[in-house]
Amino acid sequence: MKLSKWALALGIFTSVALLAGCGSGSSNSSDGVTTVKVAWRATGKGDSMYRIYSKKWIADFEKKNPKIKISLQPINASEGDYFSKLDLAMKSADTTPDIVNEDTFILPADAKAGYLEPLDSYVAKWSDWDKFTAALKKGSQGSDGKQYGIPGTTDARGIWTDLVVTKKAGLAADWAPKSWADILTAAKKIKQTQPNVIPFAMGVSTTNGESVSMQTFEQLLYGTGETLYNEKTKKWNVNSKGILATLNFINQIYNKDKTGPSLSVVMSSNYGSTIFQDRIPKNQVGMAMDGIWNTGNWSKDGAAPIANMTKVLAFNLMPTEKGQKPGYVTMAGGWSWALPKNSKNKKAAWTVMKAMNTKQLAVTRALQEGTLTVRDDAAKDPEYLKKPFIKEATQALQNAHFRPKNDLYPKVSIAIQQMVESVAAGRKSPSDAAAKYATDVKGIVGDSNTDTQK
Amino acid sequence: MDASNVIKNKPHKTQQQKTERRLSVWLMLPSMILLLIFFLTPMILTVVFSLTNLSLTGEAASSLHFIGFQNYLQMFKDPALATSIWNTIVFVLFSAVIGQCFFGFLIAFMMRGKNKTFRRIIGLIIIAAWVTPEVVVGFCWVAFLGDNGTLNMLAHNLLGMKPVAWLYTFPMVSIIIANVWRGTAFSMMVFQTALDDIPQEVEEAAVMDGATRWQLVTRITIPMVKGTIATNIMLVTLQTLGVFSLIYTMTGGGPENATSTLPVFMYKQAFVSYQLGYGTAISLVLLLIGALASLLYMKILKVKI
Repeated sequence: MKLSKWALALGIFTSVALLAGCGSGSSNSSDGVTTVKVAWRATGKGDSMYRIYSKKWIADFEKKNPKIKISLQPINASEGDYFSKLDLAMKSADTTPDIVNEDTFILPADAKAGYLEPLDSYVAKWSDWDKFTAALKKGSQGSDGKQYGIPGTTDARGIWTDLVVTKKAGLAADWAPKSWADILTAAKKIKQTQPNVIPFAMGVSTTNGESVSMQTFEQLLYGTGETLYNEKTKKWNVNSKGILATLNFINQIYNKDKTGPSLSVVMSSNYGSTIFQDRIPKNQVGMAMDGIWNTGNWSKDGAAPIANMTKVLAFNLMPTEKGQKPGYVTMAGGWSWALPKNSKNKKAAWTVMKAMNTKQLAVTRALQEGTLTVRDDAAKDPEYLKKPFIKEATQALQNAHFRPKNDLYPKVSIAIQQMVESVAAGRKSPSDAAAKYATDVKGIVGDSNTDTQK
Repeated sequence: MDASNVIKNKPHKTQQQKTERRLSVWLMLPSMILLLIFFLTPMILTVVFSLTNLSLTGEAASSLHFIGFQNYLQMFKDPALATSIWNTIVFVLFSAVIGQCFFGFLIAFMMRGKNKTFRRIIGLIIIAAWVTPEVVVGFCWVAFLGDNGTLNMLAHNLLGMKPVAWLYTFPMVSIIIANVWRGTAFSMMVFQTALDDIPQEVEEAAVMDGATRWQLVTRITIPMVKGTIATNIMLVTLQTLGVFSLIYTMTGGGPENATSTLPVFMYKQAFVSYQLGYGTAISLVLLLIGALASLLYMKILKVKI
């Protein structure tokens, strides 16, 4: 009997302890101090965000705001995984960060999911808000027209060209492609003269996520004069000539001319760091289609510094397919800061948010990351104007296209990545891949919401 | 023990039994609660969520509702499902049933009656592969099969071959070999114990009767460990059905869908395409295949487990 009583006590105790262990006791402002958790996607060693929001900056802020503590909580994940990790965290009030860095392509979807707090009433009382570039403010709105994000950076894309390589290949010092054919010819010349150099690199693997859709596929497609989505008719473009031309170009590089990187390089999730932090600094890549922010990698305190960056490399604008007007295009995107709806510390988070987006920090961020600024006043800053390749990037932005502001875009983007990968890996012909894409998109958006652009 | 004693003891025994039963219920309570919370609830939730539009982002994430069997309909219309099921079958058949079981048995058989030190050293090396986490094994094989990896170096230096992108030219073969390399130790250990339990007299008697070595193995040794073989095949099959990190680190399911097994397909739908509801529906198909495979083995090998 005695034993049974003990067992009873033990049983109840363990059960209660178990149940108690399941609930989380996360209470924040117990001593009047609120901790604001800031989440972003960190990219390995020397992530620039630590230099922008440095220990000193945090200490200064906390001295001025003794009731607020800032906790930087980087999410170390591949580009594809970051968004699902962030979404999972934002789903619950127990796990959500208080400030999150959102890529503008997924912002409308996350806003529609109800994860984000509309910021209209916040920005109305913020004097700095007028200083932000109007077009970019629009890029951080949801499909309901409300403001869900404060723009942090924007960017432009082009063709990084290694002048050492092009010189050896016999191209002129001021060589700049005027059409896709120019790129193919140059790539072949590089291949003939320098077998150990990757003539032309562009991301094509699904493991590289959104960048494949935007920087490879859309960057090319918009150069054919077509778009992914017609904002007026609200229809998605499938089975079009432009899509086929784009896939043919990818097929030409990877399978016919074999002027792309080897499959082991390009299919790996490390594609970006291999090309931009390893091979380009060694002059082993002729041309690489990518964003202006790579200057951040190559600057003095970047991951792979290149001395005399502006002498060794050129940032060529991406030509249109046949050189048709306006001659060149770029896709532009960027990242915005947003407040999760589930956060219990929105007031404190907004105070931190304002401090994170001052003019001075906007300049610092653009310089550290190599991205373009989102504030008109920062764009006039003399320090900012000294940034490498700033002239080319600003010029590129004149013909910038933005991704569809549609909450289904992230899902369509996955279909794009699969289409591009299947062609580059030589598993599908361009026309088969385009047909598969049409079926996939119809499945995502519905038959009646697709169209063929001419 | 005489009869009177038994009768005298009886009521006392039931009393004690009652107490013991009560005691056991209380002692089992914590584990029952654990099972309920961490096993049964997720299982039920999985079935429930597979009937919803549960999503990570977009409009569906804000309005969770039942959509009936739409996820299942979508799945059976998707050609990627057929590819994934086929890949899963190939992967399990070659890496678990054929690879791990066969090599596991072979190694265990060859190590029988060998020097103890020799057995220990060899066993340790093989088990090292098994205790290494899947992700680490994945990275080791990526390095081994890479453009500048050991295999290409050997092929270049010995045979003068040009480097081959093994992982992308022979994706399925690569992950199968990696999984065999990793998993053989488990089968080896299981078979070692079973083989050690065979009484030596039986085999000696067979040899006396003039059995050849081949006959000895096929007629005596294997039939005597049949039960172990069945258990092992089943365990290894179920383990291999769930292999995810190894494949994901090595090929990410690619190129295209060449190595996309059901777990990879499920992950991609749930966390890359943000369709959690659809992902859970796929996971139930995986469960079904596991159950079917187990039943099949029990039928074929005519053993009870």
